[in-house]
Amino acid sequence: MSNVPAMTEATPLPDEPSALRRFLRMLWADKFALAALIFLVVVVLMALLGPVLLGDVAQKQNLRGRNAPPFEWDRGWLWWMGADSLGRPLLARIIVAARNTMTVAAGAVIFSALIGTTLGLIAGYASRRVGEAIMRVADVIMSFPSLLLAVIVLYILGPSVTNVVIVLAITRIPVYLRTTRAEVLEIRERMFVSAARVMGASPRRIVLRHILPVVLPTLMTIATLDFAYVMLAESALSFLGIGIQPPEITWGLMIAQGKEHLTRAWWLSFWPGLAIILTTLSLNLLSNWMRIALDPTQRWRLEMRGRSHG
Amino acid sequence: MADHLLEVRNLSVEFHTAGGVVKAVKNVSWHVERGETLAILGESGSGKSVSTSAILDLIDMPPGRITSGEIRFDGRDLLKLGSAERRDINGRRIAMIFQDPLSHLNPVYTVGWQIVETMTAHGLPRSKAQSEALRLVTRVGIPNPSDALRKYPHEFSGGQRQRLMIAMALAMKPDVLIADEPTTALDVTVQAEVLALLKELQRETGMGVVIITHDLGVVAEIADRVVVMNAGEIVEAGIAREVYHNPRHPYTRKLIGAAPGKGEMHDPLPRAEPVLKVRGVAKTYGTFKALDGVGFDLMAGETLAIVGESGSGKSTLARILLRLDEPDAGEALWKGRDLFRLSPAELFALRRDLQMVFQDPTQSLNPRMTVFQLITEAWIIHPEILPKAQWRTRVADLLAQVGLRPEHANRYPHQFSGGQRQRIAIARALALEPELIICDEAVSALDVSVQAQVIELLNKLRREMGIAFIFIAHDLPVVRDFADHVMVMQKGRVVEYGTVQQVFDAPRQPYTQALLAAGLDPDPDVQAARRAERLERRPA
Repeated sequence: MSNVPAMTEATPLPDEPSALRRFLRMLWADKFALAALIFLVVVVLMALLGPVLLGDVAQKQNLRGRNAPPFEWDRGWLWWMGADSLGRPLLARIIVAARNTMTVAAGAVIFSALIGTTLGLIAGYASRRVGEAIMRVADVIMSFPSLLLAVIVLYILGPSVTNVVIVLAITRIPVYLRTTRAEVLEIRERMFVSAARVMGASPRRIVLRHILPVVLPTLMTIATLDFAYVMLAESALSFLGIGIQPPEITWGLMIAQGKEHLTRAWWLSFWPGLAIILTTLSLNLLSNWMRIALDPTQRWRLEMRGRSHG
Repeated sequence: MADHLLEVRNLSVEFHTAGGVVKAVKNVSWHVERGETLAILGESGSGKSVSTSAILDLIDMPPGRITSGEIRFDGRDLLKLGSAERRDINGRRIAMIFQDPLSHLNPVYTVGWQIVETMTAHGLPRSKAQSEALRLVTRVGIPNPSDALRKYPHEFSGGQRQRLMIAMALAMKPDVLIADEPTTALDVTVQAEVLALLKELQRETGMGVVIITHDLGVVAEIADRVVVMNAGEIVEAGIAREVYHNPRHPYTRKLIGAAPGKGEMHDPLPRAEPVLKVRGVAKTYGTFKALDGVGFDLMAGETLAIVGESGSGKSTLARILLRLDEPDAGEALWKGRDLFRLSPAELFALRRDLQMVFQDPTQSLNPRMTVFQLITEAWIIHPEILPKAQWRTRVADLLAQVGLRPEHANRYPHQFSGGQRQRIAIARALALEPELIICDEAVSALDVSVQAQVIELLNKLRREMGIAFIFIAHDLPVVRDFADHVMVMQKGRVVEYGTVQQVFDAPRQPYTQALLAAGLDPDPDVQAARRAERLERRPA
């Protein structure tokens, strides 16, 4: 707070530019966040268009090109990253696998975040008894080995993208629930919440308008970190044969399949691993940028940077 | 020129911030002699504590940068010394005490350990340090000193913690003691005791004391000389008495003029049927009686001041009246209906009539909402007040009414100064067109000159709109010019209730008298007379 220049009565008020322009300018000011956004757009495009354009190439076996090393330019750009143990071009497979990977990871993260946050808000703001009940349910989920839960549920329901999403979402709910509740318990005692209560604001309004916006940045950071966790958990399930089933592919599954060839053909696991790392890193950078850009008291940091170096 | 004990010469410090380079202090020079007390007086943002931070090497660089000047101590320029040499001087030769002792004492160690630690850190053997710690704690007036050394900081009251901080600061027998707002967080009666202790210790040790404060009363009580700062510059310096009686700079004049408690007192309103009758309110937390049978009457358009020190239950009372907390017993009849027994729906309708302005506007305004959103929230919750089409113009009206400009509506709270923020909070309360506003320490966090402006604003609202106020404060002078009736509380009970004239001119209860006597007058002569009186009363 002390770093923000104090306004006096006489400070002139410049005109505020439109919201969109401000955001674009703040994005421009943070080059890392800009690069992250571009990368994520590419990943999303891959997920949307990849299977349509490259679906056949990615599945076609080519026994003469088994474990073909990367950077052999004469084979054509699809072979640029090398090929897997059945001679399928890795680049094409990564692009095609983006859809399943994103569906599973985004689906699981979004569902667990939504449910966990909602329950956390209720547990934090509702009566003590309701809060305790919700917390005990969370304790049960947390104390149960998540992989065992996944094995049982997927064994009963049968492996499919939807079921993997459901299982992963359930196991990740407590993370959001506990964080949200802890923050709500602190924020509900703040004075602006008291001020809203004095005005007669309903609990719903207080929670959604006054408490949730303060919790959201923390949750967003957790969600981006969870993205990587979920991708790897999915590959573990796939490795056990109860996750995504070949010939469907995901990045996690590609890593698992490459594992046995790791000493001879490192690129089998390396490229999908790099894709996972870059995606999580981008999400993290972007969420970091959003945390600052969405906070009116911090925004000046980005706006300043844009002005002095841009 | 003779060497001073500590001298700051032409010091300029700037900070690199969002708004570009801010010059925190510009060419500041002052000095302090052995056995002398210098007060640096200024409001928030005046740069009054920057120069002492520079002395103790507490300025973070960057963003801070010392652009000119020197700090002479012991014939050397501190700014040219290495950090190891400065650490050796800090604490041992120049010590500091802070405003909030709780955040400067480590909660996981006993206070005895912490005092010993300061001494062993500067090379004293542990056994010697322990006996010295006991002597110091006894000297600063902590009861049961040997037990006290084994206790943790949270087991002491605020005043005792400040005494412990002083003991710790004096551990190495420093030549200079710097006190940054040492009594601001303390109750008035405790403040007087701590200042008296500082003065005594100074007489014994002959150290130079630099006290940083925003309070003219503290200056009058303790300072020999005073330096007045405004916007990073020294506007006036001199003997404390002379500066008070013959201020030369307009800013000093304004500051002295703004000190509360000099205006006309209100004549009491004619007795009428009260709108709010409070009877027998009680609230206990565990075994602690926060409120014990509190009752009062409030008439329409009347201002009742509730005064008490921390722990007196005044804020609990405010929260209970607004049903932010539930009482254990009692009733509060608002126009004949008991507030404590309303159903949620009835209470919702009554919310419009009763509003509250909180102590710290930084915390009571949601930092993620614009001023427009903050004010219009009232109308989203109570849509019957105003159709949406008129929101813009009404917000502009309200802002004008509290002395802000309509174009401020799109800004966020952090872009305003403390006083402006409190105006926004008042505008928000007014949006509901209430009949009673409870102000919980609404001006305590503000600078004196801003305080005067906000009180003036509240006064205007009362005259023009006939709003009744319950004005909660820990300080008596603040309520003198503003209240019709005053209620003094102590330990959850009403000690005294009367018209403002009666309470100020002829207080009946010893507690009220003590509270009035402990308050610091900005006039050094008045304070000197009071000190003499206190000394006479004290058995030799």
